[in-house]
Order: sequence, then structure tokens, then C-alpha cells
Amino acid sequence: MIGEWLVAALILLGAVLCAVSSFGLIRMPDVYTRSHAATKSSTLGVMSILLGAFLYFLLMHQVTSAKMLLAIAFLFATAPVAGHMIGRAAYRSGVPLSERSVQDDLAKKLRSENKRTGA
Amino acid sequence: MRRMKANDVILRTVAKLVVFIILAFAAHLFFAGHNDPGGGFIGGLVTASALVLLALAFDLKTVRKVVPVDFRIVTAIGLLVAVLTGVGSFAFDQPFLSHTFAYKELPFLGKKELATAVLFDLGVYLAVVGVTMTIILSIGEDR
Repeated sequence: MIGEWLVAALILLGAVLCAVSSFGLIRMPDVYTRSHAATKSSTLGVMSILLGAFLYFLLMHQVTSAKMLLAIAFLFATAPVAGHMIGRAAYRSGVPLSERSVQDDLAKKLRSENKRTGA
Repeated sequence: MRRMKANDVILRTVAKLVVFIILAFAAHLFFAGHNDPGGGFIGGLVTASALVLLALAFDLKTVRKVVPVDFRIVTAIGLLVAVLTGVGSFAFDQPFLSHTFAYKELPFLGKKELATAVLFDLGVYLAVVGVTMTIILSIGEDR
């Protein structure tokens, strides 16, 4: 059964990606790299787990679950935006970058913007 | 707090798209409630969450303009609908809140089960949306 192997591979891949993402959450040095690790790989991981579950119900039980596809599209649209908003809020409230960072273009831009608005 | 021009194009664009998915899912939950998990309560909460997402991405003034209803009145209408479905059973010499159903041939949809319990659920839905939005909007407007 190729379907079973496909489902198993997708769910295992998703679980491994989620595990990698949580390792990234522990190992990365600052907020920005952590959100990089947390949003990308766990989004892909959850999406492939959902796709595996969708295929499981489609192939083994002949049930087409549109909710699962909707959830995949929803996660794909929202999880990166959540990461973006967290990173943005962190930067704007002055969370420092890792010491190993070499360039911070947004700081210059933000400073000139603040000078212009007089804040 | 520093005053800065809000520049959240990404959040706003995604909110505009996602709100429709959430509202469609809320409608699905509401109508699925008879035979599957779902119903008026969770459908109302999901609808309220879509409105809260709009209020987060834009602001309360915009939400009030887009959805120009007083949510206290929505709560009242919901309670009224729920009570009226109960009172309606008196017209057929049945005890209070006796529900009935029938199979009808609908245009486009085919043969569907129409139950009066859905009307009661509609009352629950409206009451939940009204109460949740009243709580959140009245807390959010506090300075």
C-alpha cells in the first residue's frame, strides 16, 4: 500500500520538523533567530502532519475532510504573520539582537524616523 | 508610549483574508451542530473571534463602522428568538420547548432535514455573539 507509506512518511516528517523547531527554540541565541526557528519549521511540520491526516482519512476511510485543507491554508497564512508580529513587537520594544549580529539596518531607519516625527 | 504611525500592512492584509475563512468556519460549525460537533455556542464564539481579529488589526471605530449593530440588542434578539421557539410550541398544543423536524425538498440543496432546534440554536448563537462582543468592546474602549 503506497498510501499507507505516504501517510506515515508525511506524519513522521512533520513530527521531526516540529522536534527540530523546538530544538531551535532552545538553541538559538536571541528572540529573532528563535522566532525564525519556531515559525518556519513548525509551520511546515504541522502542515505536513495535517496533510498526512487528510490523506489518511481520504485513502483509508474515503472521507474528504475540507476542514483539514482549510486548516492547512489557514496555518500557512497566519503562522508567519504571527511570527512577524512577535518579531516586530520585540524589535520596537527594544529587545537586543544577539552579540554575534553584524548589521542592523532598521535601527538607523527607525532613528531617522523618530527624529522626523519628534518622538 | 511613543506615538508612531501604525505601519501594519501585513497584519491588515492577512486579517482581511482570514476573517472570511473564520466566518465561513463559524457558519459551518453552526449548521453542523445537529449531527456533528459544533452548534450555536461555539459558532458564536468563533464569529466573535473573527470580529475581535478585525478589532485587533484595525481599531474599534472601524469595527463599529463595518458591523454597525449594537451587540446588546443582538443579545436581546437572541434571547427573544430562543424564547419564541419555546413559546411557538404552544400554538400546536405541545409542551414548552417541544421541537419538531421535517424533511423538505429545498432548491439547490436537495432533501434536507429542517428542525426547529436550529432556530433555538440561532438564538444561542446571537446571544453568545452579543455577550462576547459586548464584554470585549466595553473593556477595549476603556482608557
